[in-house]
Amino acid sequence: MRFVDEFRDPETISRTADEIRRLADPARQYRIMEVCGGHTHAIYRFGLRDVLPPNLELVHGPGCPVCVLPMGRIDDGLAMAENPGVIFTAFGDMMRVPGTKGSPLEYQARGMDVRTIYSPADALKLAQKHPDRHVMFFAIGFETTAPSSALTLMRAKALGLQNFSVFCNHVTIIPAIRAILDSPDMRIDAFIGPGHVSTVIGCRPYEWIAKDEGKPIVVSGFEPLDLLQSIVMLLRQLKQGEAKVENQYKRVVPWEGNRAALRAMAEVFELRPYFEWRGMGFISQSALRLRDSFAQWDAEQRFNAPGVRVTDPKAAQCGEVLKGVLKPAQCKLFGRECTPEQPVGALMVSSEGSCAAYYNYEHRKTSMNYG
Amino acid sequence: MCLAIPGKIVELLPDSCRSALVDVAGVRRRVDLGLIEEEKPAPGDWVLIHVGFALSKISEEDALEQMRILQMLGEDTAAMEEVKGYGLGEEPERRSQEPGDRSQNGGPSG
Repeated sequence: MRFVDEFRDPETISRTADEIRRLADPARQYRIMEVCGGHTHAIYRFGLRDVLPPNLELVHGPGCPVCVLPMGRIDDGLAMAENPGVIFTAFGDMMRVPGTKGSPLEYQARGMDVRTIYSPADALKLAQKHPDRHVMFFAIGFETTAPSSALTLMRAKALGLQNFSVFCNHVTIIPAIRAILDSPDMRIDAFIGPGHVSTVIGCRPYEWIAKDEGKPIVVSGFEPLDLLQSIVMLLRQLKQGEAKVENQYKRVVPWEGNRAALRAMAEVFELRPYFEWRGMGFISQSALRLRDSFAQWDAEQRFNAPGVRVTDPKAAQCGEVLKGVLKPAQCKLFGRECTPEQPVGALMVSSEGSCAAYYNYEHRKTSMNYG
Repeated sequence: MCLAIPGKIVELLPDSCRSALVDVAGVRRRVDLGLIEEEKPAPGDWVLIHVGFALSKISEEDALEQMRILQMLGEDTAAMEEVKGYGLGEEPERRSQEPGDRSQNGGPSG
């Protein structure tokens, strides 16, 4: 077993893997989806699929907030930054994601003021440092990140800062899961719930998955043993015909979530009626926008954005990979026209994208064998 | 990055935001505590950090485990790059600085 020597507790890992094999009914095909990009990464890194029985498949969900953003939104953000005096700021993950006319990094090479920052608080700091310029922050992320954007906007308001705005592309994880369950080409038996998103939203938001859809969900930590234990818990539920929310990551995730974070989000943001997700079409109530009380700091209201819908290049199958219908290697462009060095879509760029994870762990391994 | 970064609170900072000087593997930067005020964070506490904000307090054991996970996933370099980038790459002014001794903050960024 690959990497098993690195595991802190190899005997427990072995025993847990054995229990998985005992619990898995050989007459059944199991499809378990992990939603969060960090879990996808851990599964590949720790070679966990080698440890699982062949009738248990792990399907990667759309837990990569950079990956699910349609190209048109990137174009919008860059178009806004083309206004004179604007400084375009975003996290490092965004910088190489292609828009129609290039990525933020490519725009920088063509003369736009583009700066990588590591915290929304630093976009605000930049605005304070450069009162003669306008700092626009391209905000992305799920509920792990949205509270920090919210607090930053509250601080901007308290300061009465005039030269700062946020282009809000925060998305929410629950509607994405709902869309997957509603999708006719998906069959998912159970879910591994996200780790750090859940420190913010807690476990309650997942209850409808169990109650209404009848699917078990276990919120998991990131260690190999955490993930394997979570799979054991899911298989036990499936065996007993149960469906409930369980928290395997109790040591970090509180059932009620972080109330201050939830309050900050509620004060600053409201749900958009709908938002387009790459490859998944429009999903209702799946993304955040600034409330009217924060209109002054809403980049979409301060600047004109083209708002053009841009579809992915025809050959790219980003949408199907995001939904878990295709494995990364099944996309026609994978490893050929689309690599981490020259990405066609965001799934190959982002550290949480399943194509990047697959490429870095599996593809290189295979090509090394034939090298 | 959806994985949060563990750090240890060194001291609370005297600015108007609720923030602290936090140490992550030897790098010290300002981290906003506004999301965990209700947990009454104090020097010596370990916290989980994401984009410059503390999301929750955690035990030292879980903090060290989280560091290990980041290393095993090869995410530790990106995590340290993130932390070094906080505050636009500068260490914050400290309460403990002498009044008259306005020495330069931190070093070159990045």
